[in-house]
Amino acid sequence: MSSAGSGSIDTAVLERHGLKPDEYDRIKAALGREPNLTELGLFSVMWSEHCSYKSSRIHLKTLPTKGPRVLQGPGENAGAVDIGDGLAAVFKIESHNHPSYIEPYQGAATGVGGILRDIFTMGARPVAVLNSLRFGDLDEEKTRRLLAGVVAGIGGYGNAFGCPTLGGEVVFEPCYAKNPLVNAFCLGIAKKDEIFLGRAEGVGNPVFYVGAKTGRDGIHGATMASAEFGEGSEEKRPTVQVGDPFMEKILLEACLEAMKTGAIIGIQDMGAAGLTCSTSEMGSRAGNGIEINIQKVPKRETGMTAYEVMLSESQERMLLVAEKGREKEVIDVFEKWDLHAEAIGKVTKGKRLKVYDGKTLEADVPNEALTDQAPVYDRPWVESVNPAAAEDLSALIKPSDLGEVLLKLLAAPNVSNKRWIYRQYDSTVRTNTMIGPGSDAGVIRIKGTKKALAMATDCNGRFCWLDPAEGARLAVAEACRNVAAAGAVPIGATNCLNFGNPEKPEIMGQLVAAIRGMAEACVALDVPITGGNVSLYNETDGQAIYPTPVIGVVGLIEDATRAQSSWFKQAGDEVYLLGTTGDDVGGSEYLKAVHRRVAGRPPKLDLKAEKRLIDLMGEAAAAGLLCSAHDASDGGIAVALAECCFVKEEAGLGARLDLPASALRPDRQLFSETPSRMVVSTRDGADLETLAHHHGVPCARLGTVGGDQLTVSSGGDTLFDLPVVKLLEAWTSLERRLSQR
Amino acid sequence: MKIGVVVFPGSNCDHDAYHVSKHVCGADTRFVWHKDADVKGLDAVILPGGFSYGDYLRTGGIARFSPVMKAVGEFAAKGGTVIGICNGFQILQEAGLLPGAMLRNRTTKFLSQPVHVRVERTDTPFTAGLTAGDVLTMPIGHGEGNFYLPDADLDRLEGEGRVVFRYARKDGTLDEASNPNGSARAIAGVCNEGRNVIGLMPHPERASEAALGCADGVKLFQALTRVLQAA
Amino acid sequence: MKARVYVTLKKSVFDPQGKTIHDALASMGYSSVADVRQGKFFEVSLEGVAAAAGKKLVEEIAHKVLANPVIESYTVEVE
Repeated sequence: MSSAGSGSIDTAVLERHGLKPDEYDRIKAALGREPNLTELGLFSVMWSEHCSYKSSRIHLKTLPTKGPRVLQGPGENAGAVDIGDGLAAVFKIESHNHPSYIEPYQGAATGVGGILRDIFTMGARPVAVLNSLRFGDLDEEKTRRLLAGVVAGIGGYGNAFGCPTLGGEVVFEPCYAKNPLVNAFCLGIAKKDEIFLGRAEGVGNPVFYVGAKTGRDGIHGATMASAEFGEGSEEKRPTVQVGDPFMEKILLEACLEAMKTGAIIGIQDMGAAGLTCSTSEMGSRAGNGIEINIQKVPKRETGMTAYEVMLSESQERMLLVAEKGREKEVIDVFEKWDLHAEAIGKVTKGKRLKVYDGKTLEADVPNEALTDQAPVYDRPWVESVNPAAAEDLSALIKPSDLGEVLLKLLAAPNVSNKRWIYRQYDSTVRTNTMIGPGSDAGVIRIKGTKKALAMATDCNGRFCWLDPAEGARLAVAEACRNVAAAGAVPIGATNCLNFGNPEKPEIMGQLVAAIRGMAEACVALDVPITGGNVSLYNETDGQAIYPTPVIGVVGLIEDATRAQSSWFKQAGDEVYLLGTTGDDVGGSEYLKAVHRRVAGRPPKLDLKAEKRLIDLMGEAAAAGLLCSAHDASDGGIAVALAECCFVKEEAGLGARLDLPASALRPDRQLFSETPSRMVVSTRDGADLETLAHHHGVPCARLGTVGGDQLTVSSGGDTLFDLPVVKLLEAWTSLERRLSQR
Repeated sequence: MKIGVVVFPGSNCDHDAYHVSKHVCGADTRFVWHKDADVKGLDAVILPGGFSYGDYLRTGGIARFSPVMKAVGEFAAKGGTVIGICNGFQILQEAGLLPGAMLRNRTTKFLSQPVHVRVERTDTPFTAGLTAGDVLTMPIGHGEGNFYLPDADLDRLEGEGRVVFRYARKDGTLDEASNPNGSARAIAGVCNEGRNVIGLMPHPERASEAALGCADGVKLFQALTRVLQAA
Repeated sequence: MKARVYVTLKKSVFDPQGKTIHDALASMGYSSVADVRQGKFFEVSLEGVAAAAGKKLVEEIAHKVLANPVIESYTVEVE
């Protein structure tokens, strides 16, 4: 046992490792002795918030994770749901917020790389990516620089790897200026009975290292992701890893091919906390130990210590356990791809992680002490009460020209067309894309079946800031509604919980409330959470982001020909509004863009009504009743109707519509963001009405598609009457405005 | 008739070209590994899109040195049909089998969007049976698709009738706005002197099925299989 | 020995990246910047060759691999 560094562990060393004195006591108790510096390093990364979920774990347990379709829930590299035909959809969302602020291009690129690896580690070929991004005010030069870097990084990695980006979200709010959020979702397809897990089964089996060589990059990335930013964060650049999408691509092909040999027992990618995390987690899950020799680890730099090798976060690396005696089959596949599978150790009895440097034992730790027995905190929290939510919105000045308001909303960065961003992402590679970026959800067909999958990510941070529980419920509902708009039945979800510093009771209160709201909505809407990620400490100089529990929902379309997009298809089609509009301007885009306020109560979600709407949508789509469907959310029904007139970035058909007579003031009727509403067009109005009635969903015929004007009245009074081209011009104005800078 | 789709490390449209050739057009199709030293038994070779070797030196700059490229060169010299799509086109340029080089798009950014291309020549195996002036819609997805040749060489290329596709408006007319990457003379695809080696930046394989919203691209694959079958 | 290879776009070839950087510099107030050309830099380490032969070898590599003569030119420095 090497004693390198032991005895020199003082409070300064602990602080550098992000460990508290009581955590150090626990380490000593787990080992029955003082740790050496290498061991301290292992604990520091595994017990970081990022790897251990120590602040959120007890609350995450309350999320629904089971269901008849769930094949793999949380705890593995990704979740998996059964989609029939012997196939599984494997998906997950993950954050790379902190690295993206420090180095936008590489931070975002390696974020995409990490989530892609999580998916193919499970034996699934990645087939779709979504990105959920949040930045500060777009008028700030710094925001535009960050955005440009992040978008280029996502594209640079995803495009080269060859996985299409189908959509996502881009949101601008000042609270994200110094803590941008970069959440990447990936979905892959695997054979249901050929899902690979990160388990080191079979004592004596060899442990292989494949992929890029290990350098000193990223050391302490996991602890960085768990620290609040302050002055000097930008100096932390050296810990940011550099992505190599080419290596990742050949690693994907080689891994999938090696898996086919049947000689691979378990596999895990090396993401945060690198070799430490992969060895201890794989051992721990299987109830075994792992023994490795760091001299065998391929290294890019000379003179690396055990500490550095174990903590390195060099990208594009995998750890796999092969069946003893069949090593050559695995090695040969990797050689074919000019990769070298290096045997660095073996699976052992006795649940210990042992790290040797040649013959010297550098670390000897019970691996469960690093994983399952990591500290769990029930941090103090207070029920989040935001005074802004109680502000009275009854006296809002009534705008004189509703058409002008609509044009303003369409041009607002959060509403406007995002082609200038998604045009930089390959959205059609792999020849599966049925609906790409710019619609409610992205849709891919599943080759070899009649099916398609729809997917969407959502979260309205303003709603969550005003009321975290309601906001989280609304996020789940909107994501489900978005996939339902595409014609899909929601079947599973993944979450990425982005919050501030959990050591502050009011922030912890936001997290607790959001998880509670999310759990309620997932139960009510029948979408189990199969995995995800928590990103805390999104604060700079004490300023936290809005609580941002992003949810990604996957929906199944049994008959791919029923997939539907958001825009009107043919003159004469009838337009219906499903659901009813309430007085819901609290936290709305209208309130922000026109009245310059973020206040009021977010809309109250009736989960039963939402479920009825989603069920109706599923049946109506399956019956082929719908020509288009678009959910009414940001900017209310007015924006939703305008968007129905845009075919991607071109002017489509207009419509002449009359909203149901309402006691609401016209601006509230048009711009309220009441959930559980959908704008659909159909050629079977009578059948749709019957079906809606059967499901108990309010269904109002608004009028017909046609012409090149969008004319909207209420109870006969015209609210606005605008040419589609003018609406389009407003909606696409941001791209022109930015290119003229 | 047998079609080969070359797999370079970093190719990512290899499965797509294979899918359309085999499953949509029903052609006998197989993958060809980049280390293979010959392409025996094949009637046509497709170099698919992607980022061969990460495009780390230049687009296609390393892949051209693959063993298979020597075989492809010999195959082409004997009149064999070679189609390069996107990165495949760039590899053919680097290998000297097609003229020109690709500069960064004039926007400097990667462009993923549908484009309209006008068919200029129908005397190649990829466009046989189409009509000059036909406009096809298909996606592009590249950062370096800005076709460059010095003016004198462009004149010669045009004179020899070797511009096969041009970026155009939907009605077939040319204008600046419909040339997404700034290519010289809106060139989207060219062929060699023998007209048996064709390269284009847009992805016909991604627009080959109605289920994906557009099937214009399949016309090119159908032309290829028709020509090969007749031979 | 070490050789340095600089690869740049030929003068006659438009350089969109260089132009973008130039425009950005201009908007940041660097008004005296007349032009920016972007290029690539390679550091090639050689073993067991004499200086003259090494330079010749690297020039061959630059011509054949590192630069595309259709659009790029290069210079080689040996140390």
